[in-house]
Amino acid sequence: MPPSAEQPRRVLVAKPGLDGHDRGAKVVARALRDAGYEVIYTGIRQKVAVIVEQALQEDVDLVGLSILSGAHLGLARQVLDCLRDNGLDDVKLVVGGTIPASDCRALLDLGVDAVFPTGTSIEAVVAGVDGLWREQNVAAG
Amino acid sequence: MSQDDRPVTTESGIPVDALYSPANTRLDYAGIGDPGAFPFTRGNFPTGYRHKLWTFRQYSGFGTAAETNARYKYLLANGGTGLSVAADLPTQIGYDSDDPDVTEEVGRVGVALDTLADAEVLFDGIPLDRVSTSWTVNGTAAIMLAFYIAVGKKQQVPVEQLRGTIQNDILKEYVARGTWIWPPEPSIRLIVDTIEFCAQRIPRYNAISVAGAHFRDAGCTAAQEMAFTLADGVTYVDAVLARGRMTIDEFAPQVSFFFYTHSDFFEEIAKYRAGRRRWARLVKERWGAQKDSSCLFRMGCVAGGSTLYAPQPHNNIVRIAYEAMASVLGGVQSMFTSAWDEPFALPTEESTTLALRTQQVLAYETGVARTVDPLGGSWFVESLTDAMEEQLVGIMADVDDHGGMVRAIEDGYVQGLIAEEAWKAQKAIESGERPIVGVNIFRTEEPPADLQVYGLDADGRQRQLDRLAEVKSARSGDDVRRVLKDLQSAAEQPGVNLMPLLVEAVEAYATVGEITQALRDVWGEYRQPVVF
Repeated sequence: MPPSAEQPRRVLVAKPGLDGHDRGAKVVARALRDAGYEVIYTGIRQKVAVIVEQALQEDVDLVGLSILSGAHLGLARQVLDCLRDNGLDDVKLVVGGTIPASDCRALLDLGVDAVFPTGTSIEAVVAGVDGLWREQNVAAG
Repeated sequence: MSQDDRPVTTESGIPVDALYSPANTRLDYAGIGDPGAFPFTRGNFPTGYRHKLWTFRQYSGFGTAAETNARYKYLLANGGTGLSVAADLPTQIGYDSDDPDVTEEVGRVGVALDTLADAEVLFDGIPLDRVSTSWTVNGTAAIMLAFYIAVGKKQQVPVEQLRGTIQNDILKEYVARGTWIWPPEPSIRLIVDTIEFCAQRIPRYNAISVAGAHFRDAGCTAAQEMAFTLADGVTYVDAVLARGRMTIDEFAPQVSFFFYTHSDFFEEIAKYRAGRRRWARLVKERWGAQKDSSCLFRMGCVAGGSTLYAPQPHNNIVRIAYEAMASVLGGVQSMFTSAWDEPFALPTEESTTLALRTQQVLAYETGVARTVDPLGGSWFVESLTDAMEEQLVGIMADVDDHGGMVRAIEDGYVQGLIAEEAWKAQKAIESGERPIVGVNIFRTEEPPADLQVYGLDADGRQRQLDRLAEVKSARSGDDVRRVLKDLQSAAEQPGVNLMPLLVEAVEAYATVGEITQALRDVWGEYRQPVVF
């Protein structure tokens, strides 16, 4: 369950780039919804600026990018920059998809909060997302 | 309920008994028919694979046209008998390599084709009268066909000798895969244009490959895959006939189909047998075909796809081999075997070769190609084929109740059904209900496989951009503007066939992006319903 029981946290699941395979994005969106999050899914082929605009308008706590095309490093960097430019530094960013182990590290170094490569169970994705705020609470506490 | 009390079913939920025999099965051979005879349950051809094996067609393409051309020559030299073009996403969706929005995608999942100049390099030294070429391209399929015709002309190959297939099936792109451009109505019109053009000018070219494969990889069952594909086929054929210029017998032989073979061995075989029979009946009964040859359900398939897993990745070699065998026992006409390393990477030359060898061992060593439809008359397989056909009829009726495939897609109904099955499949794997070796049973402690995403070759992209700039400066801008304007006025008139103008446009070296945008200005863009 998300930590804040009164007000569910809001998540934007997004598909940047041109890759249209969204089986994973939809499964994750549904898993997070079932876990108590309010989930918005952008649909496929979204431009970075449009994703960030939607994150702003929907006042989300987390953006989850699903990328299978291999373009994850470039796209994650663009989304991070765009979030920052729009004053959304506190919005968390996670990335899932076909991500090699070496790039998982690189994504975290860029400032991505968590990475869920192919093969991650939905249980682990939900636990990982829940944990993002737990860590913050621990840090804040 | 304990595990043992549950009804035993196939993955599509068809109940299966432990034993089939004359005691619980009635075989009606007249309803099954001989191989090569209506309703084609036992295959399209009386001699099966005896005189002609299926086509070994390995999907391939990456980076620039020159690199892909080298890979094609390698595959042909090693016994490949057909080419299959993997285009990059900008090419498939209609953006040029120099479009700032697609910088990350140029040459990434396939070859970048911006203009005819790229297509010329792609087929350099490959005589188009000697190979058949399949294009997994949909939104821009008509433009790719125009490229092929234009390259053929330059090689002085008569257009009627060109062989191959354009996938050209936009409906499933709206549901899965996602390379749509324009809304359904004009997109279907352009597909009708290509079917008409091929029927009249390129008799050996499949104008469409109606594909269930992508529904399947998005999560649906075998029965849904076949039923949705047949429903899409009905939509296209109805649209061609509605134009009133051709009879079913004039174009049905150029409609083909494409599927994924997954792991439920006998269900996959039954899927192909039932689908072939259902299509034959539709062609004869719904559209009144006079020729039996119009009723043939010619299909290609992929073994692999979402049935491949990253843990213990060499297990995938075994999965692919079983799936390939099911495909052949189901009577496919062409097959692509995936490479075992696909869960993490574009395949290497080594893994691609092994995938091709998998088909060659099947064809030349196992003896499965010796006898036509060897499972025909099996009490079990015929029962399962009947049960599968019943499911197909039910699912197609349900789609009809939703106003047909276009409406059911625009409403997100089909997407919802598939998302539901994808969810159930994911849960079944995570709960262990669906056993997957190395994933949820017989696991081993191993470091996660070292995923290798095909590195984008920045130099390759730069070469592509330089090349595009060169082509643009060498061509006549006036010619391009004129032909695009003609194309737009023709696009406004639904009865006009756009293919001749598309050939003219590519021969003027108009880019894929320019042609797509010209039509987008007239037709608008598709708006996706979001369902999960």
